[in-house]
Amino acid sequence: MDGPIATTAPALELRAMSVRSRQHPGCAGIRNINWKVAPGDFWVVGGMIGADRSDLLMLAGGLLAPECGEQFFFGGPMPLFEEANLAQRLRLGFVFQGGQLLNQLTLAENIALPLRYHKDVSAAEAEADVRWLLELTGLSRWADRSPGEVSVDSCQRAGLARALILKPDVLFMDNPLAGLDAPQRHWWRQFLAGLADGPEWRQGRPMTLLATGEDLRLWCGCARQFAILKESSFVPLGTWAEAQFAAVEFLSEPVFGLGGQEGSY
Amino acid sequence: MPSSERIHSDAVDGRGNADLLSKVCLSSFLGWKIIRFILTLRGLGAFALITLGVLFSRFAVARRLIHPLMVREISRAGLRLLPMFLFLSVALGFLVIGQSVAVLARVGAINYLGTIMVVVVVRELGPLLAALLVLARVGTANVVELGTARALGEVEALEALAIDPIHYFVVPRVVGLAAGVFALTVYLILGALVSGYFWAFLQDVPLLPGDYFRQLAAALSGLDFLLLTCKACFFGFIIAIVTCYHGLAQPLRLEEVSHATVRAVAQSVVACVLLDVLFILIYLLV
Repeated sequence: MDGPIATTAPALELRAMSVRSRQHPGCAGIRNINWKVAPGDFWVVGGMIGADRSDLLMLAGGLLAPECGEQFFFGGPMPLFEEANLAQRLRLGFVFQGGQLLNQLTLAENIALPLRYHKDVSAAEAEADVRWLLELTGLSRWADRSPGEVSVDSCQRAGLARALILKPDVLFMDNPLAGLDAPQRHWWRQFLAGLADGPEWRQGRPMTLLATGEDLRLWCGCARQFAILKESSFVPLGTWAEAQFAAVEFLSEPVFGLGGQEGSY
Repeated sequence: MPSSERIHSDAVDGRGNADLLSKVCLSSFLGWKIIRFILTLRGLGAFALITLGVLFSRFAVARRLIHPLMVREISRAGLRLLPMFLFLSVALGFLVIGQSVAVLARVGAINYLGTIMVVVVVRELGPLLAALLVLARVGTANVVELGTARALGEVEALEALAIDPIHYFVVPRVVGLAAGVFALTVYLILGALVSGYFWAFLQDVPLLPGDYFRQLAAALSGLDFLLLTCKACFFGFIIAIVTCYHGLAQPLRLEEVSHATVRAVAQSVVACVLLDVLFILIYLLV
């Protein structure tokens, strides 16, 4: 760990950062990102397909090297993959679109994987935590199935459970509501709202959440802060009310459901 | 006339445009081939060094997760192939002895049967055949599994979980393949030696079991055991490194996995044969 972490410091801070697009290496990517995330914030960043939402999330989570700029995590440097920074690194959790589970393992084994690797425990020792998360995410019935045998929604939930097993302080989620029907979306919104309010198993401490999405309307009443990606720029909008009031020009964006993608969910 | 001048003169004449084009294309093609070969060699070397670094520096990390994976890989690259190898060892003994007995009996050199078995089976065919069969059965599966994992974003998922993909995916395979090829080579050789005597017995060769095994023991030296161990383990290591490199070390799309598999198999065969040549040189020099 790199010295004491100031509790008042932002959970995450990006200063003048730029990242190149992974999907379209010739394109600009996202330029000059300035983003401050306070502990306990719940941000959703909207952007259409090809807006490099995933790249932004991976950059913010230290998985993608920036072209320029500075990044801080709870006041210290962003923990990358050095062994010395592992404890800090494990305060970050990632949920990928579709879960991105390991196909050779069952859902239960996928969920147990980070715990077994980082705490060096046997499968039997990890079982209690895995069972708790399976119940929390409603996956107990599918515990012994492989990802190919269950629905995308179950994979996505297993990805969430896998990210939560090490009890991170900051959770990154790449388009978690993509492709879900209304009841599933409702479950996710409720669950994430619970995390943002501070669940019992975190002794009431709110978890910092950062998600991306194509349609910001789906997050209204759940997320607290909004931003959009527009023309290679990161534009923070504030709360839902502020976003609607302050940035009328952005309301024509498809992420607010008024563009060509309306009703895509 | 130097070739460059001839090309220039042909071009000026306007007669040899097609020739010039083909020569330029050929040199360009060869140039690219050489550059690609060097880049692949460099990539494989770097990947092997990184893997060795991770293997030794993280051997004690996550033992309860990684060590069972190693055991599983040893089982996959060794134990599960045992029935096929027993069949092949019997066939190999029959083939070598069947041919040799006929020739040796004709020239009255039947006492060299054990020596031939050692030279052909122990030193050459045994390790190489075992390596190629393991490559076909396990190496190809490695590329497909890892290539698919790479294409489906499993590697990024592991990185996001702060799990080293080399440690989780490659190290167990390297250990499993090295141990598997070594164990199967030993079984293949033992099976071939025993079945070889059985075949000689069926052909009414006047050779007692004790004499046969004395011939074998006389032909074997300590260096044989040392080099056999090194050769088999290196074959396994090379197969693991080449197949894992092609499956894992570069970004892949799903449709590229089959091409990567073909490349990995071809390069593994070439690498194993080159290594075999190196060991022959060691035998000749020592």
